[in-house]
Amino acid sequence: MPAALDAVAAIKGRWAGVTDRASLDHPAVNVPAPDLQAVLRALKEEQGFDMLSDVTGVDWAVGARPRFTVVYHVFSTERHEYVRVASDCADDALPEMPSAVGLWPGADWHEREVFDMFGIRFAGHPDLRRILMWDGYPHFPLRKDFPLAGIEAELPDAEVVAETKTGAIAAPMMGGPFVAPEGGINMADAEPRAKDESWSERRPKPDA
Amino acid sequence: MVTSNSELAYNSKIEGEVIVSRADAVINWIRSNSMWPMPMGLACCAIELMAVGASRFDIARFGAEVMRFSPKQADVMIVAGTVTYKMSSAVRRIYDQMLAPKWVIAMGACASTGGMYRSYAVLQGVDRILPVDVYVSGCPPRPEALLDALVKLQEKVKREPSASKLLSA
Repeated sequence: MPAALDAVAAIKGRWAGVTDRASLDHPAVNVPAPDLQAVLRALKEEQGFDMLSDVTGVDWAVGARPRFTVVYHVFSTERHEYVRVASDCADDALPEMPSAVGLWPGADWHEREVFDMFGIRFAGHPDLRRILMWDGYPHFPLRKDFPLAGIEAELPDAEVVAETKTGAIAAPMMGGPFVAPEGGINMADAEPRAKDESWSERRPKPDA
Repeated sequence: MVTSNSELAYNSKIEGEVIVSRADAVINWIRSNSMWPMPMGLACCAIELMAVGASRFDIARFGAEVMRFSPKQADVMIVAGTVTYKMSSAVRRIYDQMLAPKWVIAMGACASTGGMYRSYAVLQGVDRILPVDVYVSGCPPRPEALLDALVKLQEKVKREPSASKLLSA
């Protein structure tokens, strides 16, 4: 039996609220937000999952309950195994989660990125600022209600804005987005050249 | 002051120590043959920009090999790569610190139009914040394309009314 499964069993035995989470690869658990700190500490200090390899977020949908989930991937550098820990945010409007920076200093920038993209605040984070977008950007780009092209916003530098009279715009999509949705579309019909050109592989060039 | 230069092909026995020319021609000849680039390398186009500076393509043949990382010493900003909104202020400030006369080459699809990044984070063409002189297509462009852009920029500079601009400045 892999040690990761042992660790998950031990966690589930100690915290009644911890449940199994559907997973195709590594053992995974759902943890209630109030227990999260203790569970992560137990995984690190008792079960040997000494490395935090990722913190990310999920926005399920506008109006979903719970709307936001934070996902942690912890790794054991001795046994080379992962455990995935997911925790739902209690508040859908102002999502918040306890910070893991006290356990792994490496959580600092991961949590800043989750805050930047999803607007999930991490209580106890030493320096919770945006990390990819600029300070003062008003939106959270990876939320489901944020359009792919973006929303108009002010650029960070007021002097440059005064000089150039420009700002962030909703990007022109030019017939896009050129992505394949679930269920599949024929990319030969969907990609830009099929829309821009009068001939393609499927519509041969007429004899001139 | 014009000094005699035996490398230039004029006949000093006939013309003496004097060359007659137009101020525009002299100024533009000097400017266009020593355009020092400000390499604004922001993405993969910067790799091609490095190739242009290296021996195989050798931008030194066109007098633009002196990459200057101080904007105060640079003449032409080569915007090579994806300009994000967050970076755009820095790009504009570096351009503002360059001394006139100054020019801009938008290298590649991203710098010219935003390229494939139809996104909330990417400036949709560096011409939204800078006056671009030459656009180079490609993703990334071949080094020859950038050399061609430099030659086109030199031709453009040679058409400028430099003397009257200097006098009116």
